[in-house]
Amino acid sequence: MVGGWQEPPAASRIRRSAWYQAGVRRRVAGDGIAGGRLMAEESKTPLVDELEKGSWPSFAKELKRRAEKNAAARDLVGQLELSYKEKRVHWKHGGIVGVKGYGGGVIGRYSDVPEQFPNAAEFHTMRVNMPSGWFYTTESLRKLCNIWEQYGSGLTNMHGSTGDIILLGTQTANLQDAFNALSEAGFDLGGSGSDLRTPSACVGPARCEYACIDTLGICHDLTTTFQNELHRPMWPYKFKIKVAGCANDCVAAIARSDFAIIGTWKGPLQINQEAVKAYIAADFDVKGEVVDRCPTRALSFGQDGTLALDEEECKRCMHCLNKMPKAIRPGKERGATLLIGGKAPIVRGAYLSWVIVPFMKLEPPYEELKDLLQRIWEWWDENGKTRERVGELIDRVGMGKFLRDVGLEPSPAMVFAPRSNPYYFWQPDEVK
Amino acid sequence: MTDVRTDFGPPYFKDMLPPVMLENYGKWAYHETLQPGVLKHVSESGDAVYTVRAGSPRLLSVDTIREICDLADRYCDGHLRFTSRHNIEFLLSDPTRIQPLIADLRSRGFPVGGTGNAISNIVHTQGWIHCHSAATDASALVKSIMDEVQPYFESMTLPAKLRISVACCLNMCGAVHCSDLAIVGIHRKPPKVDNERLAKTCEVPNIIAACPTAAIRPNPKEKGVIINEERCMYCGNCFTVCPAMPIADPENDGVAIFVGGKVSNARSAPMFSRLAIPYLPNNPPRWPETVEAVKHIIEVYAKHAHKGERMGEWIERIGWERFFSLTGIPFTDKHIDDFRFAPTTYRTSAAFKW
Repeated sequence: MVGGWQEPPAASRIRRSAWYQAGVRRRVAGDGIAGGRLMAEESKTPLVDELEKGSWPSFAKELKRRAEKNAAARDLVGQLELSYKEKRVHWKHGGIVGVKGYGGGVIGRYSDVPEQFPNAAEFHTMRVNMPSGWFYTTESLRKLCNIWEQYGSGLTNMHGSTGDIILLGTQTANLQDAFNALSEAGFDLGGSGSDLRTPSACVGPARCEYACIDTLGICHDLTTTFQNELHRPMWPYKFKIKVAGCANDCVAAIARSDFAIIGTWKGPLQINQEAVKAYIAADFDVKGEVVDRCPTRALSFGQDGTLALDEEECKRCMHCLNKMPKAIRPGKERGATLLIGGKAPIVRGAYLSWVIVPFMKLEPPYEELKDLLQRIWEWWDENGKTRERVGELIDRVGMGKFLRDVGLEPSPAMVFAPRSNPYYFWQPDEVK
Repeated sequence: MTDVRTDFGPPYFKDMLPPVMLENYGKWAYHETLQPGVLKHVSESGDAVYTVRAGSPRLLSVDTIREICDLADRYCDGHLRFTSRHNIEFLLSDPTRIQPLIADLRSRGFPVGGTGNAISNIVHTQGWIHCHSAATDASALVKSIMDEVQPYFESMTLPAKLRISVACCLNMCGAVHCSDLAIVGIHRKPPKVDNERLAKTCEVPNIIAACPTAAIRPNPKEKGVIINEERCMYCGNCFTVCPAMPIADPENDGVAIFVGGKVSNARSAPMFSRLAIPYLPNNPPRWPETVEAVKHIIEVYAKHAHKGERMGEWIERIGWERFFSLTGIPFTDKHIDDFRFAPTTYRTSAAFKW
């Protein structure tokens, strides 16, 4: 039945929890009902209810909206109330659950108070690979809604931190049916565990004049090329790829991915002097907001109102383009800077990604890029310890070893400054 | 079942694009911000696409997604997208539909904004709704903060854009380590070791390897581990690899606030966020101390930063010593790093501000 909650198989049939029954009894008794919901003073979830107030869209309203129709969502609200009351989490570590043919994509989740909230006892997540750039037709979104109403709690995250569509809350017995329905609707699973995580990309050439590379095309191509790496955990730990069209980095690739692809250019900025004059005519402070704030003083402002560029000084930071998009465009030779190692603190500290390829042209079928990725994965797989991200491995064994082993040429673009210590390695073939 | 279809990959994004974006793919010339939350992108062909950006709680019921679909059907021929910060973007080719859409969105409680010198939606994690390692709740913090700062979402009056994120533990699934303002769930006491359970469910070498400070050593007698509590920095990673080392502590868990990070390269290199407030209590459901602190830091920044300065650029210009005096936030031993890269943060200059 599409469009309504379907009873799951008998083994995991909905049970009525005590706190819910208390609510039902009051409803039956006919008191405390307001607009189909319990009135505040009768509510069993006063703390969650508090978060329905206020002007920002409320996740608590979303939970309650589902709770009216779905027992798992109802028990989730109850368990969240308990967490607010006790100031602690009530989920256990994930167990191993999944669908046939996949090693990841489903996160097992179990309540540590299942006797109180039996319908949320199993509350697994399915990670569904979003289309590049998070573009949807309403037709495709409605299909997802119907599937998750039928096989899950009907609660989602649009989207998760890595970019997947997160379908929150279902039971082990529903997983395969849910996947089959998703597959029929054209949606595949995303990554989880020690595998390639779902790559993501900024809006790119679909809507942005700054995009120096086809972020969406690259993201889709890498995702479909590396389906095995995405779906079957086989590495020391997770590996994230993000594709940003320019150095504004709207997908936070440099901070949030092990492998960041950031669009850039070679050659001079393209400056449209007529458009510069139009900015001046519109009282925009070209000198104060653009020329004086150029970090390398690469721009100068002529007495005749023209904007001049000292090409060799430009480090392509994007500031002037951001301020004057009608007048300044990237240079004509487009490509990407590739960076490695970005991650959050666990275990050995947070890193921003490090430059390993200053410039690579990126045209389909992206063979040079894919070849480099495979060399990196092979090196990491061979040298990495369990749960060691590629950045941590490079930190442990040295960037020099990484570059030598993977076959990348050193460049001053890779460092803010050369080393200040005299401790460095010579290779056997470099000495007599 | 033998004929399971696998590895077919995500839907092709070009099948999802509105015709105007497909036709002008890679041909965009410039953009303008027509009003907070409304962008106009113009192609070299002269075509234009209009974007209306609306805030979302990220956690959406299928009922609300259908409501959003109804709006996209009515105003944008069934095309929409989501941003990396969980906003909903309605993609229109007809500018006369912009104001009716905004009115419709507002009547349903969706704020429109998040563009330019604004606070966009808060990137955040699962928290107590769906994670086992959460030291705080992300959704309630986000809701409580955005309720307070929503006027900055709906306007463009800040010195520069301001990106807030919330992570409910140090795993930082929300990668908050490079945000203008970051709220992070923290623990403050070492985990408790249940060696009886540990021997049955966990691998001792994995637990030892999970510790960033080498605070865990084997306890052969009990086939478990011992924690050197003086070395523990409460990261919780041992609990991540072994459920027999619970670290959640209602009395002592809470949040820390970090400031001054960014990911954009504009003007200055991307920066890490740095510690401003080491601890505020978990105070559900609305975390008033945290909301107050966030609002206070934003207000001090808005008052003192130059036009165009991100939080981190402002602090870099005035110096951290000025940041602490302007905000009145006490500076403590917690602010001075003693982890791996600590010496790179110690001042090696006699020049600083009183």
